[in-house]
Formats: sequence, structure tokens, C-alpha cells
Amino acid sequence: MARIGVFVCHCGENIAATVDCEKVAKACAQLPGVAYSIDYKYMCSDPGQNLIREAIKEKNLTGVVVAACSPRMHEPTFRRACAEAGLNPYLCEMANIREHCSWVHPKSEETTLKAIDIVKTIIAKVRKNQPLYPIKVPVTKTALVIGGGIAGIQAALDIANAGHRVILVEKEPSIGGHMAQLSETFPTLDCSQCILTPRMVEVAQHPSITLYTYAEVESLTGFIGNFVARIRKKAKSIDEKLCTGCGECVNACPIKKIPSEFNMGLGTRPAIYIPFPQAVPNKPVIDRSRCTYFRTGKCRFCESKCPTKAIRFDQNDEVINVQVGAVVVATGFTVLESTFFPEYGYGQYKDVVTGLQFERILSASGPTLGEVRRPSDGAIPKKVVFITCAGSRDPAKGIEYCSKICCMYTAKHAMLYKHKVHDGQAYVFYMDIRATGKGYDEFVRRAIEEDHVKYIRGRVSRVYERNGKIVVCGADTLLGAEPVEIEADMVVLATAGVANPGAEELAQALHISYDRHRFFTEAHPKLRPVETNTAGIFLAGACQSPKDIPESVGQASATASKVVALFSRDELTREPIVAVVNRCAPPLYSTCVGCFMCQTACPYSAIEREELRTRDGTLVKTVARVNPGLCQGCGTCVAFCRSKSIDLQGYSNEQMYAEVVELFAE
Amino acid sequence: MLQDQKYRSTLSGTLYSKLGIHVERCYQCGKCSAGCPAASAMDLKPSIILRMLQVENERYDREVLQSYTIWLCLSCHTCSTRCPMEIDIPRVMDVLRSESLRQNLIHPRAKDIVAFHVSFLNTIKRFGRLWEVGMIVEYKIRTRHFFQDVLLAPVLFLKGKLTVVPHKCVSIKQLFTWKKQESSL
Repeated sequence: MARIGVFVCHCGENIAATVDCEKVAKACAQLPGVAYSIDYKYMCSDPGQNLIREAIKEKNLTGVVVAACSPRMHEPTFRRACAEAGLNPYLCEMANIREHCSWVHPKSEETTLKAIDIVKTIIAKVRKNQPLYPIKVPVTKTALVIGGGIAGIQAALDIANAGHRVILVEKEPSIGGHMAQLSETFPTLDCSQCILTPRMVEVAQHPSITLYTYAEVESLTGFIGNFVARIRKKAKSIDEKLCTGCGECVNACPIKKIPSEFNMGLGTRPAIYIPFPQAVPNKPVIDRSRCTYFRTGKCRFCESKCPTKAIRFDQNDEVINVQVGAVVVATGFTVLESTFFPEYGYGQYKDVVTGLQFERILSASGPTLGEVRRPSDGAIPKKVVFITCAGSRDPAKGIEYCSKICCMYTAKHAMLYKHKVHDGQAYVFYMDIRATGKGYDEFVRRAIEEDHVKYIRGRVSRVYERNGKIVVCGADTLLGAEPVEIEADMVVLATAGVANPGAEELAQALHISYDRHRFFTEAHPKLRPVETNTAGIFLAGACQSPKDIPESVGQASATASKVVALFSRDELTREPIVAVVNRCAPPLYSTCVGCFMCQTACPYSAIEREELRTRDGTLVKTVARVNPGLCQGCGTCVAFCRSKSIDLQGYSNEQMYAEVVELFAE
Repeated sequence: MLQDQKYRSTLSGTLYSKLGIHVERCYQCGKCSAGCPAASAMDLKPSIILRMLQVENERYDREVLQSYTIWLCLSCHTCSTRCPMEIDIPRVMDVLRSESLRQNLIHPRAKDIVAFHVSFLNTIKRFGRLWEVGMIVEYKIRTRHFFQDVLLAPVLFLKGKLTVVPHKCVSIKQLFTWKKQESSL
């Protein structure tokens, strides 16, 4: 016979103002199985908890019901109190008579009756409760960092410097990401590559970091502490051990007119290439879709020039499985192309470029070697118009968010342009200037006051070509929306930052959620900004939303601290609220019929196949088994199971039925 | 960078060379227009004047010099005490008025105001200090408003505010040396 203790909390006036707590306690004392029932002003206070502890010992209770607030609030408190008194914590349940009753109803007899009903259902559940024990899972102390931009680099270095192994996967031939493409950085105007490349080299040389470039994560299975990642190392077509990075092959390649991805299509590269001079690793790869040999079977010029015979045309993609304990996703973002904008010429005007292209034009390592020359004819533009919010904050284009970085980089662009072309004039069309970082507004004011960049508040309606000039039509809303027409030599669109093309597929492969803009979603926008909803997977950088460098680095370090905290323990404890497939005596062994409907329904891939064998090894039947490490206790499999063989521990069918039946029993 | 602005031929260039004031500093918060006691009568609010100066084209410069606003400004300094960017707007207005006079772009409704300024300055130049009767007579001749406010005269006269004979300053020449120095610049 169960001996249940009921503890009714007044929560000050929160419950007692509308519910007669004393009456609830008295009514519950009459119920079968209730050995003790009492009310108290603050159950969560120390004396309140002591009341529970002492009652458990004195009355030898086998179950506890605390009628108080939401279990989200104080369930851990009361379960801990029970555990301290020697009762299995999972025999303690909370009846929510605050949020579900006292707060939402006026003071009346009926409110008290409802409170009694709520407590009654939970008492019925607790009668069926079984002791449960936390699940322990081991931790593999290796982290997988996906993406080798500044966020990925920072996360990898921080984790590695804390003494753990890191596998860094980058899909491009070199790490560095977008930051390597930038000319200078706001608000200090220090050279982007100069501050980034030492970090890149540090990654390459770090003994704890394994770097896989030109590789992609194909799938991720397992659970926190015990993931298995499948990584496809695309064939670079060179033997990295032999290659010295001399670049003879790059010079030898006859195909030279391939638009360079690193230069955003403004420069060219051969089919065998190193993306940029400071690349890490500084070894070329063959772009097989462009290489003459792979297309026609002839050429092999590079092979003949290679002094170390490092070219491997017969190399295959290599797929490896690695065991990792935590994953940091830092896959970054991309910017909209100018072809996205019909009103700005659909990308048909060569001198209408994106912000990232302008970065390359300004960069000393760029296609113009740092001279500001426009793409169409190489002339130095004397009038440059910068258009901010190109795509951003434009619900009609499907992007209602602010891309956050454009205000700042546009001010930087305009400033750098003025520093390089002294007699030039820069115009910026803006909607608002969002300069909210340290030293950011001062930076924008400097562009306006010292470099005389003309800021015009208004959105550009149209860009068209007239007599070799690009005419920008806008309005100055600060002068009563007076139309403004500027005959420019060049137009720079601060196009919206958007998620990477493969973001959706990656999110599905990793089982993490993403929003409708395909940016990965954090577990809580304020309090868990670097975690995902999947335990053990963290987010850093612009894959979550557009971010500038300091923010990305900050977030990367935050993820690193989360990973290091995870790795600080040898095993993890988890709540035992997981599904289990039943087992019973032979000849049945389990009521599971092995239909594996549950396997298709499980969102966490937690259902495995288990072969039941007799002692002599003959196969009896194949049944489902829930991996307790992966199971998140959602209960979908329970609902799907045709033979009612799966139950959720702590929320079993029997317990749920008991609750419902109690509610209608009279 | 600051050098080239000195030689710009626009009004903001003039303002910079004469006063060292950057109109670019204005970020269009509108606090000057919000607080200006004369704003309701102005055709262009003070913040709009500054925006027009920022654009730096001939059309807006001309519109600014032709505006009524620059003559209505009382130089009460409410705007400049409140301006977060510390732009001395009354001094800007002063330069705009003198430019407007120089280029003869005075707003038609501002003719009386200009007549008053000229009459006032003329008596100062002549006597070194204000002589009300002389100024009023000149003002009335210039504006031809002979009978405007004329009934106030006897009261003022009885209170000793209107003196028939002007008091003359001892060293008017000295008083105006700054004027000559400025014109020689």
C-alpha cells in the first residue's frame, strides 16, 4: 500500500488568495494511499522543505505530491529535498495549483474544488510511480568544429588551448572564411588579413587540432558526448605530403579564366589553384569540374611541371568517421548577389557591385592590387554611390531582418574610398544608421565629418545606365523627399547577409533547427544564445544571424567554454525520462512485434534494432531498443507503437490513464 | 582633409572658412527646430537649413539665401545651447544673412527687417551708439511706413526715451577699426 505525503503550498498569497489551501490538504488526507497531508505558507522555503524531509522519515512515505507552482519552477528543489531524505527523487511529483488554478480563477468554492481535483490526479499518478535512476553516459573529449572562418578558428583554438582535441572541417581549400576577403576592419581600420593570418597559421600548427580542408560533414549520428561524424574529404588531386606549395602547377595550368571565388568573381584563377597567397594550407587543389584533364582526358600540364610529382589524378574522395563529444557549427553566411535586384539592374551593370566585391577591390591582395578601379573599364571612379539595406529590411523581398553589419562596412568602404581617391565623392543612401558597437558611431561620424561622405536618407528606387554613367535615383527624405539623381561611376550595394546555400541540408544532417531564413536557431534567444536545441551542438558566428567580427569571436569563445565545460567531466548524467521497450518472460520476450514504426517516427534517431537470442545463440526475434543517450523523452514513439510496447519512463501510459481516470471517477 | 573644405565654393565652405563651423556635424535630430521660438513663422526650419547646406549644391545654397528664415532668426541662442553637436546656429545665420545681402538674394518679405538692420547700423556708425530718433526716421524713410506705431512716440518722448539731440561717442574711429580690419582680409 502506498504511503503518499501531500504538501499544499500557499505561495504567500499567490495560491491562498483564491484557493482554500487548508481545505485542499484536508480533502486529500481522505484519499486512499495518502498517509500525510499538510499545508504551509512557503513550501519552497527551508522550513517548508524540512517539513517534507521530516515527514518522509517519520511517516515512512513512499511518494510525495507537492501542490504548488509549475514543475518548471521548483520540481528540482523538491526532488532534491526528497533525495536528501532518502526517497527516490522520481517518486516526487508536483501538482500545479498556481498557474493552472489560483492565478487564472477568482476566489470561490469552485476554485478550491479544482485545486483538489488537480492534486487528486497527481496522487493517482504517484501511486503508480516507480523509482528511476539517472542515466550516465561517457564523454568523448574531442570537439568537431564545422567551418574554418574566424568563428570556427577561434572556437577551435580556444578548445585546443584548453587541452582537448579538435577536428576542424572547412569546405573550401583554405580556412579563413569571409574575414580573409576583407580589406580593412571597422572601426579601427586595421588590416583584416594581418590580424587573421597568424590565427590561421596557429590552427595549422596546433598539435591538438586536426585540420580537414576541402571537406564536408555529411552526417552526424549519436548524442551528446558520443557523436559520430561522417566527413567527406573531397579529392584535392594532389599528394599533400609531397606538395611543397611551390605553385609551378598553378602557373602551368592552361585554363586561366575561371572566375575566382575568393575575389567574388572579379578576378580569375586557373583550374589548379591556391585561393589566396596566405592560404592555410598553402597547397593547391584541382577544381575537377573545370580541369581539362577531367573533362577531356588530355592535358596533365600541371603534372609535368610538378617538381615533386605530387599530382594525383586518380585520387578518390575519402570518407572518414570520427568520434566526437561536442560539435560547434560555425558555417558562416553569404551575401546576396547583385543579380537579386531587378531595380538595380539585375547584375547587368558591371559597375554595380556588392559590398564583398568592393572589399576585394579595396584589398591589397585583390584583383586591382588595392587600387580603386571599376570592373567595367578599370577607370578610377570619381563618384561612388553606396546603397545600404539592399535587400535587408525589405519584407517584399522576403528579408525583413536587418543584416546588422552593412551600416558599418559601408561607412568603412566610403572612408577607404576617400582615402584612396582624394578627389572622389562618396554618397551613401541609408534608411537608418545602426552603429551600435564600441566606437562604431564615432566611426560613422568620422566618415561624415572628416571624410565628407555625403549621407542621404532615403531608399534608392532605381539604378540605370545613361551615357556611360550609372544614374542612381533616390530621394532625400530629410528635405521633404526631394528627388535626388546622382550620375555615378560606380555603385556598391550593401546586399543582405543571408544563410549559406547548403545551410538547410547541414541542419537536417546535424538534427538542429533553423528559422525561415535558414539561419540556425539557438536554444533560447537570450539565455542560451550559443546552444542549439540538440544537446552537445553549439553555434558560433554568422550561421546563426549576420554578425560582425568581434561578435563572432565572442560567440566562438562562448561555445568553446561550453564545450570545455562539457569535457570537464568524464561522464554525463541525464534525466531518466526516456522511452523503453518492454521486456517480458519467454516465450514472448517482448510485446514488440518489430514493425519499427517507431524508428521512422523518432526525431532523434534514438531507436535501434536489437536481436533477441536464446542462450545458445538462436535468434528469437528482432525488436526495437531505445538508446537512452539519444532519447529526448518526447513520447512520439509511444504514440506510434501499434502493440503498446513502448512506454515513457516517468510518464507511462499507466500513469497517464490513472490521472485521467481519477479525474472522472466519482 | 580639412584643408580642401576651406576652398570649397559652396556655402558650407564659406561657413567653414569664416567661422570654422562644420555643417556636416549636424545629424538632423531636429532639436533646434523643436525649440526655436520663431520656427512657426519660418519658411524653412533651422534643421532643414542645415540639411540644405550639407547637400552642397547651388540650388539649395540659393534657396537658403533666399529664405525668410535667416532674417527671422532672433539670435536668441536657444538652438545653440541645446544642440548636441554644438553647432553655433545663430552665427551660421549671421553669415547667411551677410551672404544674402552680398548676393542680393533677400527674401521680399524681409525688406523691412533689412531696413531696420541698416538704419540701426547707420546710427551706430554715425554716433557710436544708438540714437533712437535718427534710427526711426531713417527706418521710416527706407520702408515708407510713416504712420506705423506713430502713436507710441509721445509716450516714449515723455518718458525720456527719445532724445532730440544725439549723444556722441568720443572715439568712433577706434570703435570701427575692427570693421576695417575685417574688410581688408
